[in-house]
Amino acid sequence: MDDKQLPEDLCLIEDEVPISRDEEKLLDELGLVGESRRKFLGQGITAGLGIFALQLLAKEKALAALEPTPGAVFAQNGMLENSVKVSMKVNGAARSLEVDSRMSLLDTLRERLDLTGTKKGCDQGQCGACTVIVGGQRVLSCLTLAAQCQGKDVTTVEGLAKGDELHPMQAAFIKHDGFQCGYCTPGQLCSAVALLNEARNGNASHVTQNLRTHARGLKLSDDEIRERMSGNICRCGAYPGIVAAIKEVQSGRETAQTWHFATDDEIAAVLTDDDKQQIAAMNGGGKTDAIV
Amino acid sequence: MQSFKYTSATSDANAVRVVAANREAKFLAGGTNLIDLMREYVERPAELVDVSQLPLAQIRPTTNGVSIGALAKNEATANHPLIRQHYPLLSMAILAGASGQLRNMATNGGNLMQRTRCQYFYDIAMPCNKREPGSGCGALEGLNRIHAIFGYSDKCVATYPGDMATALYALDAVVKVRGINGRERTIPIQDFHRLPGDTPQKDNNLEHGELIVSIEVPKNNFANRSYYLKVRDRASYAFALVSVAAALETDGSNIKQARVVLGSVAHKPWRSMEAERALVGKPATSETFKAASDAALKDAKPLAHNGYKVELGKRAIVLALQQAMTGGAA
Repeated sequence: MDDKQLPEDLCLIEDEVPISRDEEKLLDELGLVGESRRKFLGQGITAGLGIFALQLLAKEKALAALEPTPGAVFAQNGMLENSVKVSMKVNGAARSLEVDSRMSLLDTLRERLDLTGTKKGCDQGQCGACTVIVGGQRVLSCLTLAAQCQGKDVTTVEGLAKGDELHPMQAAFIKHDGFQCGYCTPGQLCSAVALLNEARNGNASHVTQNLRTHARGLKLSDDEIRERMSGNICRCGAYPGIVAAIKEVQSGRETAQTWHFATDDEIAAVLTDDDKQQIAAMNGGGKTDAIV
Repeated sequence: MQSFKYTSATSDANAVRVVAANREAKFLAGGTNLIDLMREYVERPAELVDVSQLPLAQIRPTTNGVSIGALAKNEATANHPLIRQHYPLLSMAILAGASGQLRNMATNGGNLMQRTRCQYFYDIAMPCNKREPGSGCGALEGLNRIHAIFGYSDKCVATYPGDMATALYALDAVVKVRGINGRERTIPIQDFHRLPGDTPQKDNNLEHGELIVSIEVPKNNFANRSYYLKVRDRASYAFALVSVAAALETDGSNIKQARVVLGSVAHKPWRSMEAERALVGKPATSETFKAASDAALKDAKPLAHNGYKVELGKRAIVLALQQAMTGGAA
C-alpha cells in the first residue's frame, strides 16, 4: 500500500484542514455552524473526532477502489473442495459467488465482497463486532455460513447511510461520543439499528416487566437499551455514549451533546508552567497556543 | 474447520434420509453452537444438511396447549403473543439467554441440542470423555467451578447450559421427533436429555438421523405465578451458574401444584420432586419456600470448586418462588 498514493483531496495535513463537500455536509448535520464550526476545525486533526472519522471513511473508500481485489485472487485459485453457489442481496446489490462451504458470512463480506466495514472480533459469537442485519434481523456473521444466506437480504454498516447522508444512528454515535477506537462500532451500529425495529414491534427483553402485556412502540429505558445491546462488547468502554445515542434516536427526543472540544481558554487554564515550557520547547520557542 | 459437504434440505424426509445414511452427517439449523464447535475442531462432521429453510417454524395453538415449531427462532418464540400470554415462564427463560443477535439465529430445536460449555470439552488439547470417549475427564480433578452438583459420574461432570429447556421441564413439554421412513415419536422433555453415566458423549436420547420437528407444551395454570431466575457472573450475555424455573398454582393461600427445576447444576435440567413435595398443600410463605429449597439441595454433591452452588441454589429457589408469587414481575 506504501507505493499507492491516496487521492490528494483525501490527505489531511496537520495545520491545514481542507473541507470537502462531504465534510461540509457532515458538519452541517452535526449542527456545527459559525463559531462552533470554526472552533471544531481549529482543534486540528489530532483532536478532531469527526474529521478523524471522515478521514477513515475516505481511506476506506480509497482502498476499496484499489486493484486487484481479494475476490479476484480467490477466483484464480480454481477448484474448491466443497464449493457452494450463493446468491444474495448485499446492501441492495445482487451478489452471486461460489464459496467454500466453511466460509462464514463475515469472511465472505470482508474477503470476497470487499466490505471490510464488518469487523472480526472473537470469531466465536462472544463479542458482537461482526453483527450485520439479515432479513431485517441482527445476527452474528461469524457464526453464519455464507451458504445459509442463499436468497437473503444482507445489510452491513456500509449499507446504513443513504449515499452521503448518515443514518440517524451513525450521526447520533458521533454526536454522543459512542466510540473510541471504533472497532466494535460497525457491529454496535447494525445492532442498534435493528433494535429500533424490535422495540417498534414490542419485543420484550430480559429486563422487561410483565411479559404478559404486549404493546407495540416501546420507549426504551437506559436499562432496556443496556440489556438489548449486551451482545455488543466495547473494549474501550464507550457504553454511556452508545446508550445516549440509541436513546436519542429511539425516543426521537433530541438531547444535548454532553461533550465539546476544549477551548483555548479551557486548555490554558489547566496547563502548568512545566507544560507551558515543554510546549514552548516543542514548538522551538514559539507560543504555547500553537498546538492547541 | 474441517471441510464438509453442504446441502440445503428440500423436505424433512429428505433431510432425515441423508443424515441417517451417514454417521458423519449432522443437521444444521441456526448454527450458533455447531459452527462455533466446528471452528474449534470439537465437532468435525463430514456433511451438513441445512434444515433451516424447512417449514417447521410455526407456533400454533392446539387442543391441549401450544405447538412450537423446532425451527422457530428463540427470539420469535419468546415474543410470540401465545407464549408471552400463556407461558411467560418460557419467554423469561429464553430472554435470559444469549444476546439479541444469537436469539435471532438460534432455533428451538437447536437450543435443545446445545452442548455443554465445559471448558475441557471445548479445549481439544485436554482430555474429555464427552468429546473423545475414553480420554478421561479434565474437570473432575481440574477447575470445576461451573460444573455439576447432581447426577454426574466419574466419566463426566459437565452441565447442560440451556435456559429454555429448564423452563420446558417445568412446563411438562413433549418433544416431537421424526425419523427414517417418516416414523414419528414423542419424548417427554424429562427423558430427552441424559445423565452422563458411562456414555457422556451422548447428550440426549435422539437416534442418529432423528429430527426434532416441534415442542408441544400442554395447558397449565401456572401463567400467573411463574418466574425464571438466572444467576450468572455478569448481568447479561453469560451462561447460568445456577438458574431456577419456578411455577406455582395456588388455591387461596395454599399451594395446589408446584414446579421447581434447577438449571446448570447437572447434565440435564434438574427437576426437584423433593422441593415440589415440600410445597404442595402448604401455605405459600417464605418458610415453606425455605423448606423446599433445603429439600432440593439436600442430596447435592459439590466438587472441589462449586460448593457455592449449594447455598446459591437454595437462595435462588426461595427468591424465584417469591417472585413467582408476585406474578413474575421482577
